[in-house]
Amino acid sequence: MSFGASGLAELGFARNHPHLFFVIPLSMPLIQSQQLQSDYDAVIVGSGAGGGQTAYTLTLAGMKCLILEAGRNYDPVTETAMFQREDQAPLLGAATPDKHFGFHDATVDGGWSVPGEPYTQASEKPEEQFAWWRARMLGGRTNHWGRISLRNGPYDFKPYSRDGLGFDWPIDYADVEPYYTKTELLVGVYGTNEGLENTPDSPPGVLLPPPKGRAAELLAQKHGRSLGVPILPIHRAVLTRALDADTIPAKLHPNNPRAQRLVAQSMRERAACFWATPCGRGCSIKANYQSTTVHLPPALASGNLDILPNAHVREVLVGKDGKAAGVLFIDKTTGAEMRVKGRVVVLAASSGETARILLNSKNAQFPQGVANSSGLVGRYIMDTVGANVSGQIPLLENLPPHNEDGAGGSHFYAPWWLYQQQKAGKLDFARGYHIEMGGSRKMPGSGSSVPEDLLGGAFGTPLKEAARRYYGSFVSFSCRGEMIPNEGSFAELDPEVKDQWGVPVMRWHWKWSDHELNMARHAQQTFSELIEAMGGTVRSRKQKDPRQIIEPGGKIIHEVGGALMGADPKKSVCNGWNQTWDVKNLFLCDASSFPSNADKNPTLTIMALAWRAADYILEQARKGDL
Amino acid sequence: MFDSTPSLSEPPRMSRRDLLQWFTAASAALALGQWTASADTAESTAKGYGTDPDLSKIYKPGDFWPLTLDEAQRKTVASLADVILPADHLGPAASAVGVPAFLDEWISAPYPHQKADRPVILDGLRWIDEESRRRFGKEFHAVSDAERHQICSDIAHAPAAKPELKAAVRFFSRFRALCSAAYFATPEGWKAIGYVGNVPTVTFDGPPPEVLARLGVEQTVQ
Repeated sequence: MSFGASGLAELGFARNHPHLFFVIPLSMPLIQSQQLQSDYDAVIVGSGAGGGQTAYTLTLAGMKCLILEAGRNYDPVTETAMFQREDQAPLLGAATPDKHFGFHDATVDGGWSVPGEPYTQASEKPEEQFAWWRARMLGGRTNHWGRISLRNGPYDFKPYSRDGLGFDWPIDYADVEPYYTKTELLVGVYGTNEGLENTPDSPPGVLLPPPKGRAAELLAQKHGRSLGVPILPIHRAVLTRALDADTIPAKLHPNNPRAQRLVAQSMRERAACFWATPCGRGCSIKANYQSTTVHLPPALASGNLDILPNAHVREVLVGKDGKAAGVLFIDKTTGAEMRVKGRVVVLAASSGETARILLNSKNAQFPQGVANSSGLVGRYIMDTVGANVSGQIPLLENLPPHNEDGAGGSHFYAPWWLYQQQKAGKLDFARGYHIEMGGSRKMPGSGSSVPEDLLGGAFGTPLKEAARRYYGSFVSFSCRGEMIPNEGSFAELDPEVKDQWGVPVMRWHWKWSDHELNMARHAQQTFSELIEAMGGTVRSRKQKDPRQIIEPGGKIIHEVGGALMGADPKKSVCNGWNQTWDVKNLFLCDASSFPSNADKNPTLTIMALAWRAADYILEQARKGDL
Repeated sequence: MFDSTPSLSEPPRMSRRDLLQWFTAASAALALGQWTASADTAESTAKGYGTDPDLSKIYKPGDFWPLTLDEAQRKTVASLADVILPADHLGPAASAVGVPAFLDEWISAPYPHQKADRPVILDGLRWIDEESRRRFGKEFHAVSDAERHQICSDIAHAPAAKPELKAAVRFFSRFRALCSAAYFATPEGWKAIGYVGNVPTVTFDGPPPEVLARLGVEQTVQ
């Protein structure tokens, strides 16, 4: 439900504001800390999928919002390396400790380590450690993510009811479905409806056309059939055609003509994909979703949003009435501690960072940290089960050259397909995984030499011939599976270590259960069979010990949980509206509220829930209930 | 990362060791010297490009950190790179498309993988010149093509190489892998390998019919 700006004005939300932008700015006109207003209707911490969506919904409905972003301003239109070749980057664009996904990756000032902002591990054993990815930049991780946008299915909201493990969500698929649809319409998602178990269809006309299959994808699809593995078009947030700016905005904001106009304007600035350059670099033509190209432009154009970058939030401030009064942050440009007031506070800083802020917000009323009367803040953090097998396929050798850049990421995947076998007790793990695949004639870079064992000592012209022969003949399959929350995977404040701003850091604990380990082993077996069915040879080392198969915790960067939603205030941190039980005007709009981590990549669900929570904030504000 | 297996999926391959190393140690804290094998190939104290380089620019070797090779070493690198990737029907020689400069950039870089390669490459370059002088009385760049091939043939294939050439075999393997990656990342290399992308197009048509026929598949997305 949305409210027009005029409606909210009557409610006392709209006030005069010096930062009005009625046209979409070419680059984000952000503010400096001296330009802060004394107070805002809502202060939002984080500018990624959750913060971006929340700001979008609230500002278009007339609320005056401030986004605090810990990183710098970032403009994908001018900063993205769109057509740069790998030989135009240092080290052929190879990943380094400065740029963990390679030189041209969109992420700046981020990665599994951030200078000056450490985190610690409770254990010295690698398998008990968590690698924490953070992106310190406007738009956060949305600038570089894989754009894979899968809906959670009905089962995914009630996992405990199905198998007795983990926790149920206090909401179900029907509650979230309208928001999945709205989010897909706004960001633009390609894919198909297949009518599969627990793999929801979107309403007709919502998804954009899927791109055609590539050679390796079609070959895997054909041979997957013989193994019963359904390899199908994936869903990704990339515009395979321009969004219909004439009809979509009215569907998203039915009673709000101004929002419709601003969203239409923003949609018209997004071009359809031109089938070149990897999405991980970001997209200067705005053909894929990133918060900086989809959520923030119309929010800024509403005139209701200030964005302050380089603002490292330390605490949620609480008033005598027990309500959130604002936040305390460090302006990284000056090192000064500052406070800003908000009638609503929204944390969307990522699971680990949101938990950190709550735990650091200690006061007389909340000695364990704000919103932590349950003692569960930081508990039950999950990642995705990752496992990878690569192979070489003779049939793909020496193919006639053709362009397979496509939509800059996967076109096909396999949704989890063994629900019935699992129900019948035939698998030694709970929950499912989907399969992502790589394998195409992508732009050669630092990894493009022919493996030594295939060369037979060749050099000279035979080496070039071998390179031509093998180019495009390698495939890889990746498991993206559900991790069940457990008591051993959590983060807490380190009692000693502080970051360069003096803020106590997180100390991580990690543990995989047999479910995840057995799933990784199953995936290794399945992928080996797929490669062999394609007539190929498995090239990765086959591991017997599943601890050697599973990727380290945090590697897949699907960190969720840490402030779970639930039905019981004693056993959860927030309710089904992402609203903390203890502080009713404090909302957690990132993945920290997720009680489970379905194999469906979390970003689409983060956005859908943030939109839903923002609608709830508007409704409660209207009632005067916050 | 420079893996022996081409990285095909996103995110890129990263070994457990890399990942753990990167997040447990800030880059500055990476133990210096851990990667160096010999004292006379001491690494530079240069810094990397940092966590926020300008991504929209086009770079060349030497833009971020000083290069290492002197003129004699560059000659050795160019002549060896051209034996490995000669001018032929598949394109120009390695030295014509900037491969030697790339190799210099790589071994001069202040990052762990590159630091690990540095002594391997520098020791190897010295070895190949010494070997060439020993066999033919002249440095590697000055001997004939046939003589260069003779030396390379002895160290190009690990299973067939003599045990006493183990270090040279390891050098050749790294040198070949680095030079081929650099070569095939250039426009000339794209042509050689058959990469025809990185151009904007109005539609994505998928593989052409002859490719589908060879694979025995049909395009399932219409």
